[in-house]
Amino acid sequence: MHTRREWAWGYLLIAPMALGLAVFYLWPIVQTLFLSFTESGVFGGYTWVGTANFTDLSVDEEMYGALGNTLLYAVLVLAGVPLSIVVAALLNVPGLRGLSLYRTLYFLPVVTMPAAVGLTWSYLFNGDFGVINHLLGYLGIDGPYWLGDPDFAIYAIAVVGIWSSIGYNAVLFLAGLQGIPRHYYEAAEIDGAGRLRQFLRITLPLLTPTTFFVLVITMINALQVFDLVYLMVDPKSPSLEGSRTIVYLFYEKGFVQNQRGLAAAIAVVLLGIILALTAIQFRLQKKWVHYE
Amino acid sequence: MSKPRTWPAHVFLAAGALVMLAPFAWQLIVALQTLTDSLRVPPKFTPSWQWSNFVDVFRSVPLARQFVNTAVVTAAVTAGQLLLCSLAAFAFARLRFPLRGILFMAFLAVLMVPGELFLIPRYEIMQGLGWLNTLQALIAPGVFGAFGTFMLRQFFLSLPKELDEAAAIDGANPLQIYWHILLPLVRPGLLALGMLTVMWSWSSLLWPLVVNTDPEMMTLSAGLASLRGQFLTNYPILFAGSVVASLPVIVLFVVMQRQLIAGIAFTGSKG
Repeated sequence: MHTRREWAWGYLLIAPMALGLAVFYLWPIVQTLFLSFTESGVFGGYTWVGTANFTDLSVDEEMYGALGNTLLYAVLVLAGVPLSIVVAALLNVPGLRGLSLYRTLYFLPVVTMPAAVGLTWSYLFNGDFGVINHLLGYLGIDGPYWLGDPDFAIYAIAVVGIWSSIGYNAVLFLAGLQGIPRHYYEAAEIDGAGRLRQFLRITLPLLTPTTFFVLVITMINALQVFDLVYLMVDPKSPSLEGSRTIVYLFYEKGFVQNQRGLAAAIAVVLLGIILALTAIQFRLQKKWVHYE
Repeated sequence: MSKPRTWPAHVFLAAGALVMLAPFAWQLIVALQTLTDSLRVPPKFTPSWQWSNFVDVFRSVPLARQFVNTAVVTAAVTAGQLLLCSLAAFAFARLRFPLRGILFMAFLAVLMVPGELFLIPRYEIMQGLGWLNTLQALIAPGVFGAFGTFMLRQFFLSLPKELDEAAAIDGANPLQIYWHILLPLVRPGLLALGMLTVMWSWSSLLWPLVVNTDPEMMTLSAGLASLRGQFLTNYPILFAGSVVASLPVIVLFVVMQRQLIAGIAFTGSKG
């Protein structure tokens, strides 16, 4: 084929996607950066306000509240990741029957729309007639109004966040486990290492690249949590103070209160936080991730 | 090698599966209860066979309309993604042209940015076009995706180069090579991306919530959320709606789970 013609074909075939990404992704990034330095007028249009949005946010209690709630949620969800490792390790037991049935069941929450998931769990967490408090009652615990109480709401939401991602993460871990060469285990077997020892000395270290990847995406997703908060907490409930996340605040400012400039600034701050925390994770990676 | 017992694994896995399944079972039961039964203390664990909830939910919100909206948007977004991503992926994997590497990096850069940064400008684009409360507002941004391009590129890269060369000698142009020779061979990739796209598109909430505020133009996610009452929620009706809304993707998953799982495992392997 003539080189020139190959060039032309190349540009032609990527053109639709490149154009779409430019319009709906790249241009919006530039635009959001710009908007974060403006204030939207009552009748549309923008006024340049310099860094005022960012200075406002730096003293805004709601913003700090949202930041704290989001970080707490992220920590809780990250703490749930080991559950997926356990599930994957159990699914990886040699000769296990019913693997695909289990996988289907653990995966149901992943393929169910968050709207259905969030609304169902808000019923389960109901303080008066919810099943969770009913079950806690058997243990002699008088459960709180989970979603109506600013001290408990984010924990209830994190439970749902973990529940809906176990299957997804377990699939990633299972793929990682199946990538560990059998001969490591055979060698350990000959050396007389028990199964727990094999798990701690071979499985966990060799799984660290997958673990690292799962932790990074889990963190990035958790920092952007919106759906579950929106679905589980009533917008007028006082518990919103304890469960409002950064993206929720972004939504309120940008699309409920029409403070587009301020909302854009929140999004930019979120970008900064995600980039910073991801960079830290990549830094720490050298200390604990084993690449063969 | 000793053959390990599997029953301890079964015990734990079954207990976990119960926790995974219980909320769904509970949702189904309550979807068949009367409003009073759904609010009982202690909770009533049996259905009251109130099948009319499944009829009433279609009266409380334009659920049928929202179902069609969601199906149309999901179908269009998935078809668009598969076509546009595979075209770009083919070009990046099989054709040589100047700036290819830089352009591909620009595609990947998009993946690093949280989605919230796109929302306000996209909203303003839709507002400018007069597309608020239309289905095209949901479809247009959805058909473009850097992830799909990246994913399918890996599949195209795995095919032997001789295929293209032989076809080129026979006088096929790149579009013909793409369509007749390579596309059928990356079918597993297309199915995996298709399943992921269906799942994401069917459930997405934030964007549909902000661009389409008219109940007639909402998708199921936003429609269900709007069924929450401020003081009292009619859970049986809400759950009947939830069952109807989430069933299509669950059924599709049960039929096509191998492809979806392959897609997800792929997202992990290329981390």
